[in-house]
Amino acid sequence: MKQGALVLEDGQVFSGMGFGVEGVQTGELVFNTSMTGYQEILTDPSYHKQIVTMTVPHVGNTGINLEDVESEKVWVSGFVVRALSPIVSNWRNRGDLSGYLREQGVIGVTGVSTRALVRHIRSQGVMRAAIAHGEAAADTAALLELARRSPDMSGWNLVDDVTCAEPYHWTEASDPQWYQEHPYHADGALVVAYDYGIKRNILRMMTDRGLRVAVVPAHTPAAQVLALNPAGVFLSNGPGDPAAVTYAIDNIQALLGKVPVFGICLGHQLLALALGGTTEKMRFGHRGGNQPVKNLLTGAVEISAHNHGFAVTPDSPLRGGEVTHINLNDHTIEGIRHQALRAFSVQYHPEAAPGPHDSLYLFDEFVAAVKSGATVSK
Amino acid sequence: MPKRTDIQTIMIIGSGPIVIGQACEFDYSGVQACKALRAQGYRVVLVNSNPATIMTDPEFADATYVEPLTVEICEQIIAAERPDVLLPTVGGQTALNLTIALQQAGVLARYQVELIGVALESIHIAEDRRLFADTMAEIGLKCPPGKVVSSVAEALDFVQHIGYPALIRPSFTLGGSGGGIAYTEAELHEVVARGLRLSPVGQVLLDKSLLGWKEYELELMRDAHGNFVVVCSIENLDPMGVHTGDSITVAPAQTLTDKELQRLRDMSRLIFDRIGITTGGANVQFAINPDDGEVFVIEMNPRVSRSSALASKATGFPIAKIAALVAVGFTLDEIPNDITRVTPASFEPSLDYVVVKIPRWDFRKFAGVDHILGPQMKAVGEVMAIGRTFPEALQKAVRALDIGLSGLGSPVAPLESPAALRVPTAQRLFQVAAALRDGVPPAEIIASTRFDAWFVQQMQDTVTIHDRLLAGPRSLDSLTAEDFLTLKRYGYSDSYIAHQLDSDEMQVRRRRQALGVTASFFRVDTCAAEFEAQTPYLYSTYEPDDEAFPTTAPKIMILGGGPNRIGQGIEFDYCCVHACFALKALGYETIMVNCNPETVSTDYDTADRLYFEPLTTEDVLNIIDREQPIGVLVQFGGQTPLNIARALHEAGAPILGTSVETIDLAEDRQRFNALMHRLNITQPAGATAMNREEAIQRAHEIGYPILIRPSYVLGGRGMAIVFDDDTLTAWLERHIEWQHPVLIDKFLDDAFEVDVDALCDGERVVIGGIMQHIEEAGVHSGDSACVLPPYKISQYHLDIIRDYTQRIGLAMQVKGLFNIQFALYRDEVYVLEVNPRASRTVPFVSKATGRPLASYAAQIAAGKTLVELNFLESPAVDGFFVKEAVLPFQKFPGVDARLGPEMRSTGEVMGHASTFGHAFLKAQFAAGMSVPQSGTVCISVNDMDKATMTRIAREFHELGFHIVATDGTADWLNRNGVPAGRVHKLNQGSPHIVDELRAGHIQLMINTPLGGQAHDDGALIRSMAYQVGVPLVTTMSAAAATLQGIKMRRRKPFKVRSLQAHHGLLPEA
Repeated sequence: MKQGALVLEDGQVFSGMGFGVEGVQTGELVFNTSMTGYQEILTDPSYHKQIVTMTVPHVGNTGINLEDVESEKVWVSGFVVRALSPIVSNWRNRGDLSGYLREQGVIGVTGVSTRALVRHIRSQGVMRAAIAHGEAAADTAALLELARRSPDMSGWNLVDDVTCAEPYHWTEASDPQWYQEHPYHADGALVVAYDYGIKRNILRMMTDRGLRVAVVPAHTPAAQVLALNPAGVFLSNGPGDPAAVTYAIDNIQALLGKVPVFGICLGHQLLALALGGTTEKMRFGHRGGNQPVKNLLTGAVEISAHNHGFAVTPDSPLRGGEVTHINLNDHTIEGIRHQALRAFSVQYHPEAAPGPHDSLYLFDEFVAAVKSGATVSK
Repeated sequence: MPKRTDIQTIMIIGSGPIVIGQACEFDYSGVQACKALRAQGYRVVLVNSNPATIMTDPEFADATYVEPLTVEICEQIIAAERPDVLLPTVGGQTALNLTIALQQAGVLARYQVELIGVALESIHIAEDRRLFADTMAEIGLKCPPGKVVSSVAEALDFVQHIGYPALIRPSFTLGGSGGGIAYTEAELHEVVARGLRLSPVGQVLLDKSLLGWKEYELELMRDAHGNFVVVCSIENLDPMGVHTGDSITVAPAQTLTDKELQRLRDMSRLIFDRIGITTGGANVQFAINPDDGEVFVIEMNPRVSRSSALASKATGFPIAKIAALVAVGFTLDEIPNDITRVTPASFEPSLDYVVVKIPRWDFRKFAGVDHILGPQMKAVGEVMAIGRTFPEALQKAVRALDIGLSGLGSPVAPLESPAALRVPTAQRLFQVAAALRDGVPPAEIIASTRFDAWFVQQMQDTVTIHDRLLAGPRSLDSLTAEDFLTLKRYGYSDSYIAHQLDSDEMQVRRRRQALGVTASFFRVDTCAAEFEAQTPYLYSTYEPDDEAFPTTAPKIMILGGGPNRIGQGIEFDYCCVHACFALKALGYETIMVNCNPETVSTDYDTADRLYFEPLTTEDVLNIIDREQPIGVLVQFGGQTPLNIARALHEAGAPILGTSVETIDLAEDRQRFNALMHRLNITQPAGATAMNREEAIQRAHEIGYPILIRPSYVLGGRGMAIVFDDDTLTAWLERHIEWQHPVLIDKFLDDAFEVDVDALCDGERVVIGGIMQHIEEAGVHSGDSACVLPPYKISQYHLDIIRDYTQRIGLAMQVKGLFNIQFALYRDEVYVLEVNPRASRTVPFVSKATGRPLASYAAQIAAGKTLVELNFLESPAVDGFFVKEAVLPFQKFPGVDARLGPEMRSTGEVMGHASTFGHAFLKAQFAAGMSVPQSGTVCISVNDMDKATMTRIAREFHELGFHIVATDGTADWLNRNGVPAGRVHKLNQGSPHIVDELRAGHIQLMINTPLGGQAHDDGALIRSMAYQVGVPLVTTMSAAAATLQGIKMRRRKPFKVRSLQAHHGLLPEA
């Protein structure tokens, strides 16, 4: 193994050994506290331009399989772990993590003091960083310069990088062995899903419930979407600053009231912006699979999967919309709805992948909204 | 939902004595529940027969009953206290079983006591294996194919469908008692027959064996609103086939993808919904086929458990406390996370470290026990270690075990072939490491052990580090800072490195520190550093950064006792916790160091700062370096911390209380004998011998019988009473390798032993309690019942005992607790042993007297005097307190259930009453011996006991008992005018004595072993009595005490009294 290094824009250096591809890359340094699901995380387009640090020390244990991918490629700019597994052990395994990252052109660093790194980010906030594997790792001054010159996440539209080029129909359902039951069935109603960087498990959850799903590129005009006569529109997750994706906000405004709308993550932020709200960058965001979200309508607490660095500003004007979910750790807004406009959204990831399945009911609510055309409620 | 306001009084049932499968984890859970509920303003009534627990300290409940856990007694308590609700989920299987019995007896209905935390229906589904399997099938989940059978014939029939090996588990037994795996028809016959006998309902479950499948456990919590969290996932290193309590386990699970883990989570939730677990903690165990991921549900426990204690310590999420709070109506989001203080308990902990648990076994204590691990738990304790990686945690756990191994690669008994690794044993982990060192390919090891390849590769990497840095011509000086860092990150200890490099631990330490490689301390924070941890719960590792943030307050460190083992158990944790509370009250910051996840001491709520670390010189010194305490207490955790006291002292650690010099003086036989001689205090004649000839010569000089033991052992390991040259020679062959001398003492046959716990502040000695043993000398003090106050010792002898105690304490300059064992032999008082530390009996004495001796001792160590403590007179005791030992023979069929000089009990109970007879009998009931008031007594005693027996038998006869006896005893009794029927010895054919026991024709068995090493039917009879649950008495003095108890109970039924009421009756000091 060759040297690996991570240099933060504030000059902090974390060294280790490289894996994956050799080279240099920059990105926003974030951490994820999920103890499982690194393959899903690597392939989640929302991590575009981010270097992800896993807090769980051993990573790579179960290797790489053919099913647990959330998109067609690895999106992270770099991957930082404490202890890359020396071996792969799982019945579904088809390859090892290092080989996978090499093949995907992504840099990994192992042997890093990840807890110290996470504590640093927790206190200082997320920041830009450069990650290097190979000879480049020795020149920390150059890496620092690169980190400092890399773009800031705030104001950055990254949706354009990750959205699909052409519309397509999604038909694949989830493997039944992973899900115990699907209570609602949509009988083939058509929904259009805006791809701002959509995760496949969102599509599978909709397909599982009997929705026909047409996925369209992010800039597809609202009129074009409405021309498909969908029973509902879905706004996907995605990377970057939501406020920078102005065309999406315009399109959503044009759709609201005409068709039921359901948004997740970036889609939620865009819905809030379309309703007149504002979004803000968080200190270090929420990334993990253990976040307690309270459903204010039922009082129930959902343990949920999160991946967001921006959030809807508290007390945002939502033109008649209301907050439906909050995070019990820091009371950030995790869900909103606008009953009159038949729109609702959550900041977190009901499709999980990775993470607990407590919030799958939201897909059932979307199905209910799509089928009845009535007010979304629970 | 806020807490319930319609209830005031909550009754909690504890788990009773420590037994295999149910240890001090239930003290931990009980203490948490009591504290949490009282903090909410509820009145708590506690019943638990175990005086060594912290939960039974009067300050933890409003009314504390140290009484037998029987329906009769509990009904009396319920009638007196009138609880509104009963919380049965924090006292293990014992509490659940007693709750079912109370319900079946109509007691709960009669007194309108509502159950909280679990519904009876849920207990039934979880306990009845067939009902459970059917219920799982209803919700689409699979259990291993199996069948409940009620006869051997039925079992033989069903095994045709599932094939061998087959797994057999009796219904409704604890820790899988009486279970086993059968590979052949003969084995099936034997194990099923035993299981049928042991099951209270006469049923066993015959299952397809999932040998080799991966085993997982999820620890779960839910509130009445339906909020559900997975506290922890645990993966067993040992695959299916070994009881979880005997398995090495790892948290979090390491070899599951997220899809697989979430599937288990979803299944757990479905199971909760179906079984009706509405509030509280529970766990579900799963088996996964490593080849295709197929999942079987193995079992679920609707209560807190040993693994939930482990999960609480592993994650910082206090399961028992939260289970208690949700049982009274709180929802998880209303309960704060103690560690972050800003987030709620409705979350799932994220671990950025690895936790390894290794069980500790004590097989050497039980000759004849099958050492192979299987579905019945055999471990007596466990350790947990935390590291940033699996190798680091694993190696820390190995050295925490305190079994003389400094690391994974320490030498163990060699293996015949890698194929032998197929058999799970206590040694297997080390044999795997040795095989890897010998170059056996991991694939071969995986094939034999069915360990997951991931774990084996981690061990292989650990071994590779050893080979690279420590093997061959290496020296200490050749190790660089980077080498040290690598070794440390793989968990290698200084003492292991020293051993490999022919160096010395302190040299390695100095070299390492000189190179700048030092331990840092990270926090267990429940959230992988996402939020700041407010609670200093720490573990060591070797990475930059440090989160110890020591304060500048004056602080005192308390060293815990490490893993439970026979001879060193919960009593020492009790002492450590008391020391901690006392020092806190004096204003010191307290630091606890321990590695036993079952304990109250390792609750982050106990000390101001908790270091979950092995109790080795290196690990403790690292903490001392960081914290700079003004003192270290080594006298409270039993022998484990005492063993490192000298090394700590020499490294400059400030040992408080009794000095290291005094500790050495008590252990150095020659110096100790000289001191006794100078004080003119008698001891039994004794000598040491360095070889076989010398041993025999010394034995002759002293005269048989002699008490012989290897030096430097604890808990009487290997100790024996020897009557002649032949048995002496045989013993020496078996036990001695002559690195250390053997100790030979005159055995004081027929003597009475007396235990004294006392305090000394250097100027004054005050006796806490004088306990008379009920069994004769020759039975280890830990296994003998004892009574406080003494009931058969003259004032004259008591005065001598007091005088000796006084003079010994002052002469040895004890600063704190000490314990002396005396023997009363032919009217003379002998000193057998002095231990200048807290003893096993301290909690018992404290419960009886109401005086917190351990707390006083800690204050003396911190500089207080007995005058300042106002503890100047030996406390008075109202009535009699009997401590009875609880022995694990039921778990070890085939082991001779006789008492001897080697301690074998796992736990203790207390009975108290106004008369000795009542107190003794209560203690018997508490220990699980249902001593009958009528019926048949079977008597079979050795010749020496026959004379004494006549008088006892006559009284039994006069009380209306039917007496049966084997030929010799029957002849003797009949000749002496006591009518006795005959029962066949085994060789006289059926129905013989064992058949009669099984058939339920005998209600009380009195059987005294023959002297020496002679073997007779006795071993089998005694073992069978345990297996079928017939009370067994093996000494004449216990027979006399039992008789006295039966007589007293005829006159007056048992009464109950809370400790608070009892202590209120005692005169103020």
